[in-house]
Amino acid sequence: MIKAKQKPIAEIKEMIAPYKKVLILGCGTCVTISFAGGEKEVGLLASSLRIASTMEGQDKTFAEATVQRQCEWEFIDAVADQIKGADAVLSMACGIGVQALAERYPDKVVLPAVNTTFLGMAVEHGVLVERCRACGDCILGLTAGVCPIARCAKNLLNGPCGGSQKGKCEVNPELDCAWQLIYDRLGRLGQLDRLAKIMVPKDWSKDYDGGPRKIVREDLKL
Amino acid sequence: MKAGSNLEKVLTSGYFAATGELGPPKSADPQVIRHKASLLKGHVDAVNITDNQTAIVRMSSIAVGIMLLQLGLEPTIQMTCRDRNRLAIQSDLLGAAAHGVKNLLCLTGDHLRFGNHPTARGVHDLDSIQLLAVVKGMRDDKKFANGEEIETVEPRFFIGAAENPFADPFDYRPYRLAKKIAAGADFIQTQLIYNVPKFAEFMKRVCDLGLDKKVYILAGVGPIKSVGMARYMQSSVPGMDVPEEIVSRLKGVPKDQVRREGIKQCADIIRQVRELPGVAGVHVMAIEWEEAVPEILELAGLQPRPQV
Repeated sequence: MIKAKQKPIAEIKEMIAPYKKVLILGCGTCVTISFAGGEKEVGLLASSLRIASTMEGQDKTFAEATVQRQCEWEFIDAVADQIKGADAVLSMACGIGVQALAERYPDKVVLPAVNTTFLGMAVEHGVLVERCRACGDCILGLTAGVCPIARCAKNLLNGPCGGSQKGKCEVNPELDCAWQLIYDRLGRLGQLDRLAKIMVPKDWSKDYDGGPRKIVREDLKL
Repeated sequence: MKAGSNLEKVLTSGYFAATGELGPPKSADPQVIRHKASLLKGHVDAVNITDNQTAIVRMSSIAVGIMLLQLGLEPTIQMTCRDRNRLAIQSDLLGAAAHGVKNLLCLTGDHLRFGNHPTARGVHDLDSIQLLAVVKGMRDDKKFANGEEIETVEPRFFIGAAENPFADPFDYRPYRLAKKIAAGADFIQTQLIYNVPKFAEFMKRVCDLGLDKKVYILAGVGPIKSVGMARYMQSSVPGMDVPEEIVSRLKGVPKDQVRREGIKQCADIIRQVRELPGVAGVHVMAIEWEEAVPEILELAGLQPRPQV
């Protein structure tokens, strides 16, 4: 799922400074799971901002709402009245939700309260890790189910660099070396010979280098 | 001859090669280059010029390489995958070749995190093995990375790659070397060697795979200036293996003699690695201590250099 992290409160306060009536809008899907922008976080952020507003002698008001998914028109249409009544919407969804609001409400100021961080999972409670870069050309079938694009700091496709030590990455010793993981798994699968094959340069045009990507499914269009 | 460089001639003639290294300045000052070049001139078969080493902005490797040619030294330019995509790499290599640069070391590059622009975007369009294949393709097949023909003059490089025998997984390292050879490496420069027994084990495996017959392996060596530097390399430089006896030898001499001992220690390591089957030469990395190189090579019995 999409993982996100709340922005520093100082940055949020600076963004909302010009606006009096602010709607804090949470999202019930990915950011709820990653504890960044669900109903609970909307409540906590609203409380913090109300206290700050009072202490600083401002008369801002903060309304709260959370929709199931900010990335779908029908859900954001359901809160149209609350959005219209606000000077600005402070979205706690990922960047997709923020942009959906901006597109649906062309005259409304929409601000991001979180930094959309990566596609990943919680490997344990409270520990979120990146697993996919959405590069558009999946190679996991060649790399024993471990992605060197998302998990190697140098995007290496042909084995570990000289900085791999004791299974860890030189860039951050808390991170596993993706190529050590690939090596270990290929060994377990009896497929180490795969490492001898040179992987050719990647087609980055399927990644963001090809411009914004779009999938059109004619069979599903209404 | 693939490129006809001095280094290639030395190695193919069966001499034990000795190369040096020159770190470009963090400025546009050509005097620094002239000075460092004067310290190395005539003492080594070729001089590596680092490419924004440790991700710190410095004068361009190719530009310094051209200066060295004008000063009568043979450059080995370095090219990393960190700062350039495949267009920029090929374009710069065409220019380097046009200027007469004949040796090229293909590297992935140190990560930006270690440098002075840690917020920059790392390119990594290619990795070092793909870069080797691109450079070999330009030379041997007269083709660009996209398969398009180079219609007139192709860039001809004696192609080098790096290998770190001390990185993990240790068992995989000789196979990674094989992959670099398959991709196009003519010569290899290793990471700095201080743990000679471990390097010997690596070389044994390399020879068992017959790789020493397919590529010239230059053992990377370098003098240590101080006990502090030894400790730093031991604990804080990724991929380095500095055994305790290396540090204790430097600690065992009076402070004013540590540099001298570092030079002697480096020469001793050269003598040891020279005995190992499959080692075709040494690459002396004495960054910001270029004046130590002639003395190290003299002590190691590698002066004067052969005229080929």
